[in-house]
Amino acid sequence: MTALIDRILGPRVSHEEASKHSLRFGTPGFLLLLARVLLLVSLFLPYWHMELQAPQYPDGLHMTAHLNALSGDVAEIDGLNHYIGMRSLYEAAAIERTVGVFIMIAFVVMLEFAAYIHTRWAALLVAPVVLFPVVFLVDLHLWMRHFGLNLDPNAPLSNAVKPFVPTALGKGGIGQFVTIATPGAGLILSAVASVVLVVSLYFHRRAYLPLVRRQRAGAAPSAA
Amino acid sequence: MSTTRTIPRPVPMSLAILTLCGLVATASAQSMRDVENVAKERGLTTADLMAAAKTYLPSGQKDEYLMFASGGHAGQIFVVGLPSMRLLRSIAVFTPEPWQGWGYGVGNDILEAGFPKGKANLWGDTHHPALSETNGDYDGEFVFINDKINARVAVIDLRDWETKQIIKNPLTLSDHGGTFVTPNTEYVIEGGQYAVPWGSEYVPISEYKEKYKGSVTLWKFDRNRGRIDESRSFAIELPPYWQDLSDAGKLASDGYFFMNSLNTELATGGIQDKKPPFEAGASRNATDFLHIIDWRKAEQVYLAGKVEQIEGFPVITLETALEEGLLHVTPEPRSPHGVDVAPKGEFIVVSGKLDPHVTIYSMEKIKNAIASKYYSGTDEYGVPILDFDSVVESRIEVGLGPLHTQFGPDGYAYTSLYLDSAVARWTLGGSYGSLTPEPDWTLVHKTPVHYNVGHIAAAEGDTVSPDGKYLVSLNKWAVDRFVQTGPLLPQNLQLLDISEDGTTMPVLYDMAMGVGEPHYAQIIKADKLNSWATYPEVGWDPHVQNINPMAPKPKMERVERNDDGTVDIYMTAIRSHFNPEHIYLKQGDKVRWHITNIERAVDATHGFAVPVYNITASLEPGETVTIEFEADTPGTFPFYCSEFCSALHLEMMGYLMVEPN
Repeated sequence: MTALIDRILGPRVSHEEASKHSLRFGTPGFLLLLARVLLLVSLFLPYWHMELQAPQYPDGLHMTAHLNALSGDVAEIDGLNHYIGMRSLYEAAAIERTVGVFIMIAFVVMLEFAAYIHTRWAALLVAPVVLFPVVFLVDLHLWMRHFGLNLDPNAPLSNAVKPFVPTALGKGGIGQFVTIATPGAGLILSAVASVVLVVSLYFHRRAYLPLVRRQRAGAAPSAA
Repeated sequence: MSTTRTIPRPVPMSLAILTLCGLVATASAQSMRDVENVAKERGLTTADLMAAAKTYLPSGQKDEYLMFASGGHAGQIFVVGLPSMRLLRSIAVFTPEPWQGWGYGVGNDILEAGFPKGKANLWGDTHHPALSETNGDYDGEFVFINDKINARVAVIDLRDWETKQIIKNPLTLSDHGGTFVTPNTEYVIEGGQYAVPWGSEYVPISEYKEKYKGSVTLWKFDRNRGRIDESRSFAIELPPYWQDLSDAGKLASDGYFFMNSLNTELATGGIQDKKPPFEAGASRNATDFLHIIDWRKAEQVYLAGKVEQIEGFPVITLETALEEGLLHVTPEPRSPHGVDVAPKGEFIVVSGKLDPHVTIYSMEKIKNAIASKYYSGTDEYGVPILDFDSVVESRIEVGLGPLHTQFGPDGYAYTSLYLDSAVARWTLGGSYGSLTPEPDWTLVHKTPVHYNVGHIAAAEGDTVSPDGKYLVSLNKWAVDRFVQTGPLLPQNLQLLDISEDGTTMPVLYDMAMGVGEPHYAQIIKADKLNSWATYPEVGWDPHVQNINPMAPKPKMERVERNDDGTVDIYMTAIRSHFNPEHIYLKQGDKVRWHITNIERAVDATHGFAVPVYNITASLEPGETVTIEFEADTPGTFPFYCSEFCSALHLEMMGYLMVEPN
């Protein structure tokens, strides 16, 4: 068991060696730390905005999604949506909003572990975090699609408005409303974190792959 | 008089044209030539175009000032924007008003609190609005108004522009010297007018001198509760002169208030018996009496318990008032209307309609005369009369029928001239003298108005810091100003530009007021108000300005039949439905119908109207109301939303079905 853990953790770097090549061994760890900070900050920032423009709302209607909350003119938008038979937005992605923060914290912990792993196994911990922004957008799109295509046939305007898929990013329209969906600062930070993580894997490989190879080469005879 | 100040030149026409040109050029390809053509076609002068440029507000631009005007015997308050002179709102006060849903199920208890002698009086005669003040300046929180016909005072909260309280004065049936407020709105003051016996009991007019009473009531205002506190209010008995317009002292005259009077002759009329009618009897003497009342001292006397309970209300009797030195009078030109305190409080301006002068009294001289008891005698009730010559600062001949005075920021005062149909501009002296290019205490200019001006209102023109800029002449007669509207003509409210010195004071705009007769008005900078766009939270009860925990909420709509036979209906309203939509009642049910407008969008107001039962309510976003009635008439009643709220507004209805016994 210990041997397995050691194999996953990979070769350790001595103090001497680490201080001699501080840039080489410091970079992947620093980048992983940077990604953790970006993700933690993103928790407090909005992930997604939608603005609805219509003549009778001169300031527009605004909706903002954080990882764990919907805010803005949601009640007003829900009120309008009832005319076309769309379910309340509060019912959308309820599970995601409940667990979103915990998943993010789990990601941070995974990256913490990843920093200690000097083998290719680190990539396994980093990969889900890298994919997170894409997963967020796909999930959002699927919810929009689900809501837009499943309108209550008994709604007041069900004869006038056919089921549709609201746009998750970019410009769309429904009735007299123009909808503009944009990514929030939180989503952008998590996307930046993804890039940072990919870069960190490159430096990780550069720093530790030679060590792993050396260890394998040196370890084989001793194991025999 | 100032010699250093340069008189600004009138704005040249070319500038006005440039301004107009700039405006239209950005909007379209129209040129100034097109503007000239239209002006030519319509016979407009450059002065007309200038007036238009100064008052026209393009769509979406907002007025700089709000004028709170009384509605006269419409019993309401009307709010007008300046400089556009557009009527923005009426505020229902003493008169039921269906658009605001006032008195048709909502507000009935407030109206009933003001019923005189328990009789339903469903109108009022509003005269003098008073905006609440802090340190002598409008603070935009509340407005008060009197009802002359039944001696009542109303409190309106300017967060939601709704009447919160109506108080019936227990002592008298007539008020005109109010409302006005002390500099920090400690008191809302209501001066009486036509003398009546206490409580308006029956007493033959032959006993006028002994049994008829004048009075002034100091209503304690509780700003936190937004209500007058009757338990901390009191009145002062006055001689049965008809007390008239009044004003509170400020700064130099802080602690005092001033009231005119117009029947110091104690005339009792009797034209049917060939006695002199009131109009002659009450204007026989050359002078009436300006009342000078020390209200801070009066407050101490009241707190010390030196009062008599009359009609269940604490009154400082005339005897006590004289013993304590609360009341002095001094002669003033007869048939006076306005008594107006200058911005720094050191001058008091009185205009008597039958004397072509304004008479200016000095507070310093008044205080000296009171201190040294420099009296020219006492009246027949023993009230000490301050010697006229020793308290007067100046008299200025301004024209015929001077009525009411307002002030500018720059040392000018303005007085309406009823008979001349003009507004006079004149200069103050004293510390104001150096502000104007003209000599002190001089008539500068008269601008004709159309016609028979009563009150005037300048922007914040009765506060410690008048703004100038605009003055509205509240004219009683319009005669030929508007298209003929039948034999009842609208009032003509004329906007004057008073921003320039000297003789430039043009009329900019005529506003027809065809819904009431404003007497006094006050003009406040619009940005001083903190009005709500919607009620702060859903389930808000405007009567208590807080959330009503019993307010109907979404998913909790229901009809409850109680053990005592009453029925509670909990209903919500949102575009475009009421919930519930079917209401079954039994004839004779006593119903409490609770409705919450659960909207949060600005302007998403719903009406609630029930036929036969005479019910209509206006539910602004977030508001919750309770309407009580007895379902005494069986039948099928389609109720509906009376405000065009949405594209499916017509569908926003329901059925009330009252089953016969």
